[in-house]
Amino acid sequence: MSKTITIDGKTIPFEEGQTIMDAAMAAGVYIPHLCHQPEFTPHGSCKLCTVKVNGRNCSACTYPAISGQEVLNDTEELINDRKKITQMLFVEGNHFCPSCEKTGNCQLQAVAYHLNMLDNHFPLFYPERDVDASHPDVMIDHNRCIFCTLCVRASHEKDGKDVFAISGRGIHKHLIVNAESGLLKDTDMAATDQAAHICPTGAILIKRTGYQVPIGQRIYDHEQIDQVSLAASGSRPVSALPPSMAVGTENIKNGK
Amino acid sequence: MRQFIRGIAESNHYQATHLLQILRQIQSRYHYIPEAAIEELSGLLNISRTQIISVVEFYSFFHLTPKGQYELLISDSITDHMLGKENLLDYLVKKLGVAIGKVREDGLVSLDNTSCTGMCDQGPAGLINGYALTRLDHPTIDKITELVNQQIPLDEWPCELFQVDDNIYKSGLLLGQQIEQGAALKSAFKRGIKETLAEIDKSGLRGRGGAGFKTATKWQFCSDERESERYVVCNADEGEPGTFKDRVLLNSYADQVFEGMTVCAAIIGAKQGFLYLRGEYLHLYDKLQHILEQRRQSGLLGSNILDAGLDFDIEICLGAGAYICGEESALIESLEGKAGIPRNRPPYPVTQGYLGKPTVVNNVETFLAAAGIAVNGCEWFASIGTEKSKGTKILSISGDCARPGIYEYPFGSTIQAILNDCGAVDVLGVQVGGPSGTFITNQEFDRKLAFEDLATGGSFIVFNANRNILDMVHNFTHFFAHESCGFCTPCRVGTSLLQKQIDKIVEGHGSAGDVVALEELCQLVKNYSHCGLGQTAANPILTTLERYPDLYQSRLKEISYEPGFDLDGALETARRMANRDDAGAHLTQTVASVATLPPSLAVGE
Repeated sequence: MSKTITIDGKTIPFEEGQTIMDAAMAAGVYIPHLCHQPEFTPHGSCKLCTVKVNGRNCSACTYPAISGQEVLNDTEELINDRKKITQMLFVEGNHFCPSCEKTGNCQLQAVAYHLNMLDNHFPLFYPERDVDASHPDVMIDHNRCIFCTLCVRASHEKDGKDVFAISGRGIHKHLIVNAESGLLKDTDMAATDQAAHICPTGAILIKRTGYQVPIGQRIYDHEQIDQVSLAASGSRPVSALPPSMAVGTENIKNGK
Repeated sequence: MRQFIRGIAESNHYQATHLLQILRQIQSRYHYIPEAAIEELSGLLNISRTQIISVVEFYSFFHLTPKGQYELLISDSITDHMLGKENLLDYLVKKLGVAIGKVREDGLVSLDNTSCTGMCDQGPAGLINGYALTRLDHPTIDKITELVNQQIPLDEWPCELFQVDDNIYKSGLLLGQQIEQGAALKSAFKRGIKETLAEIDKSGLRGRGGAGFKTATKWQFCSDERESERYVVCNADEGEPGTFKDRVLLNSYADQVFEGMTVCAAIIGAKQGFLYLRGEYLHLYDKLQHILEQRRQSGLLGSNILDAGLDFDIEICLGAGAYICGEESALIESLEGKAGIPRNRPPYPVTQGYLGKPTVVNNVETFLAAAGIAVNGCEWFASIGTEKSKGTKILSISGDCARPGIYEYPFGSTIQAILNDCGAVDVLGVQVGGPSGTFITNQEFDRKLAFEDLATGGSFIVFNANRNILDMVHNFTHFFAHESCGFCTPCRVGTSLLQKQIDKIVEGHGSAGDVVALEELCQLVKNYSHCGLGQTAANPILTTLERYPDLYQSRLKEISYEPGFDLDGALETARRMANRDDAGAHLTQTVASVATLPPSLAVGE
């Protein structure tokens, strides 16, 4: 007899060592998330995956599944608050979807649509952030970084390089790269690195590929992020995508 | 420089866990962390340069660009403000000829604000090259200016500038009588280790940091873990504004604190302990090292303590200006030489703490009390206090009262009794537990000091009837935004949004609906943040909004729309780019001018 938890009243089986997110994804239950990717060490920082576990708010991506937990996920309160957290991510950076080459392939944008975010709600911060276009094949637009650390983890855990780190404190947090010049071109970054493809937003981009797939034919132009995410986790296959469209490993898996 | 860096790295055994201690020495020598030092350290400690930079940029006391040879920081606690800090800062700027946040052109001196330095009973306070300055006034600033301009080395400065007093006004169970050196260990060994844990259990001792987890249970959990290595950590990162009791305990009762740690080590089976001392208490460092050395000489630390077969030693690690390191898992990260970012829990530190090993982290006062209980038994402690809160609590009292200082009270004491003792009259309210605690008004002074009523880590700030509550809220809200580690979205962005929203209302730009928006934001930050910092960052607003709703409403403009930012200020970049500064390139922000803006310019909500 396998162990179970309930999510919104539905019984979900889990295995020892799984988080609530793992159990949910395996069972085809989508919990919104941005800093989480199943194949990397969970981080628990974006807080979009906050669920109520026996009445208490917990991050589904880091909180272990324990027999008998009653988890609330799809409630009006949680959806509304997740929308506000997404709005926070929008206002702290400079996110202008219509002029961003990642539009349609961007998980931040897709989550915002999924949560029915229609405005910024909060005042915009308009921070002054740089663009690093020094590298021949990969560019960083710091305006769009949401500090999810997926690139940091991918570079460390998969590429074995430690190209990226998050530095600074509080609202002054920023992405740094491992070079004395502070420029990407002086790191050992390659366009084939997983870290170059993992960014959920348009902060790390492969040069000269931005418009190979026209707007209207992009991942989230066709499907909501919950469907794409669950498909990537094995619940359902997605149609193959060209390699240039490989945003995040969720899509690399299916695209390559 | 290379030789200097190599020397420090060697004396720290090339351990990356000692990164903070190494960087402290580099900052102290060069007044910044030079690029060459980062490169050198990266090789010597075998860590990436990004790891070093992320630590440097996390802690307030480290800098990537040069500060003055005299780094002057002025404490920004609300209590410093109440003692005339603003006026002093203006005076300093004029006398020293340096702007706030800047280095003087000759590179000799730099000036900036810093979070509460724990001298609220003897402020306005500051730090010079890390050493505490107290009771700043115009004559002392004149003196400091002279010493700086003549480039007198810090160790030749008159010692009265650095005079720190204990100011103990009321002693009880703990402060009244120190145990004899070694007495707690002897009692523990005589009674038996298990029996001593049972004694601490029966005493009802709960953690003194504020959260109140039962001490014996924590120690039991840690010793139950199947690991051979365990650690004891004393949390002396007393960063809550208005708290300074640990400063006094470590100045005058350190022996007993160390003894409490050693008793804990005997119980849980730890060989290594750490005292994590906040950087602001650098002035205590040498004295504490001396006490540790003396305890080693007396056979109370080191191998085979008191011939009872216990091996245990204590290392002092200094922080570098980060309030978040008072959170136990952030403190452990900091001890490991990293940025102080709270960990995901579970696992808790008792299971996986320092270097992933079971670790007990307790407050200074908890270890002090544990040592007392080991000597005097559980009844001595449990007979005082309330049913759920046994023993006494040591308070740091500051603000509007005749005798700011240290007071020890049995749990269950009323706020009124405390106010009477410290000489507070015409009181408007008290901030109990610091910014992360609760504001209570003069209608609630019959409330009691206890985990079940007003829990506190010890901060107790008194406000008299002449004070403006919103000034306090403004100060506390800025404090949290400054100290947020930035790990999670709700706290990183939320504390900054709270700051903006409070500024808007306090500065009179708030309009109808802004208080409702503020409260909604407070709930979001409180309910979704990763750790205690974010979960309590909205408390100053929430607790005062509940008690003084009219005060907030009175600051709102009687129009339905008011821009949330300075319109003219927002055009600054455009003016610079267009190289214009004529009248036509400016906007006057009045209600009328907003009303006459073309619709396309009516940005904002």
